[in-house]
Amino acid sequence: MRIAVLSGKGGTGKTLVSVNLAAVAEKATYIDCDVEEPNGHLFFKPEDIREETVSIQIPIANETLCNGCRQCVDFCKFNALAYIRNKLIVFEDVCHSCGGCVLLCPQKALGEKERGIGKVQKGRSGNVDVHTGILNTGEASGVPIIKKLLDDNKDAPSAVTIIDCPPGSACVVMESIQDADYCVLVAEPTLFGVHNLNMVYELVRLFQKPFGVVLNKCLEGENPAEKLCLKKNIQILGRIPFDHALGMLNSNAKIAVRENKTYQTIFAKLLDTVAKEVYHETAPHS
Amino acid sequence: MKIAIPVDQKSLETNVCVSFGRAPYFLIYDTTTKESVFLDNGAAASTGGAGIKAAQAIVDSSADALLTPRCGENAANVLKVAGIKIYKTIGDSTGHNIDAFVAGKLPLLDEIHAGFHGHGGN
Repeated sequence: MRIAVLSGKGGTGKTLVSVNLAAVAEKATYIDCDVEEPNGHLFFKPEDIREETVSIQIPIANETLCNGCRQCVDFCKFNALAYIRNKLIVFEDVCHSCGGCVLLCPQKALGEKERGIGKVQKGRSGNVDVHTGILNTGEASGVPIIKKLLDDNKDAPSAVTIIDCPPGSACVVMESIQDADYCVLVAEPTLFGVHNLNMVYELVRLFQKPFGVVLNKCLEGENPAEKLCLKKNIQILGRIPFDHALGMLNSNAKIAVRENKTYQTIFAKLLDTVAKEVYHETAPHS
Repeated sequence: MKIAIPVDQKSLETNVCVSFGRAPYFLIYDTTTKESVFLDNGAAASTGGAGIKAAQAIVDSSADALLTPRCGENAANVLKVAGIKIYKTIGDSTGHNIDAFVAGKLPLLDEIHAGFHGHGGN
């Protein structure tokens, strides 16, 4: 089963939940799709790392064939092309590699060349295969790296695959969840957190994914995120307390379930709940 | 010679716009004939690469110089290839900046910012 862990905003606890869910499983693959700032590897400290560069195709103009019609310039929604002094200029870091300009060019003057935008690292940490996507600073989109991470995993999927998503609800998150069997939304008890939870809630519904919420940083008293779940009839999968000991473990890049019995129990129960939900979702169709 | 200025409104009394790529209009002013033309900036609502598209429009307007309070790296590269010089405006008034440029009192813009690239800014 492939479980995507997401949240509307950063700092809510996606990586905490992802890393501990993977570590508590008997055997798991942890995929860090937060390619702009992957941090799961800081906890896992994987060994035997293999590394692969990820490249995209960007246009390159043949000046002899180009007649300056500018169809490509007008077409590019990202404005990655300019035609100045009878010469096409390609802004490589603005290009999203859609390939549209190449298809469109009536003169067949545009070819493609490869450009590295980041890398994928694969290593091992005990029972967990750790796959990390790393986007080079300043690049336009992490989508090609996320695609590579998830495509590679299709060949030899683990019993449990945990996908640690980027924050927000944009293209990179959609790419990360599209093949997931289940989505875990992590929420914190603030109004800001609720606003962002609502955004990912709408996203997973749009993608028709089964989902549930983990309430993180739970304190005594009213929890706005819990209120939203009750109002919208969203399943609450589990609660993680706002706990000094957990904060200390996390700040020291320790994996809570490998260090602390209480958290081992909390996350084992959470994984079990999610597994039952996934079974429940897939059983009627199988 | 023709100069281009990013402006907030289609009038000579308008202020200089704080942004180049996202300015709603460009004033193209001919210092010889004193004629002015306002162009809609089609790049203003772009999701990205607004500076590149705006700079393309300035090049196509056959302006010789751009007067702007700020300019991003990509736009500056387009203008450089086209041989268009970038001058830094002083104050908000479009008229005063035209006068200052004609009198040779505007400095060249030497601070080119790296661009906001989808991360807002102002």
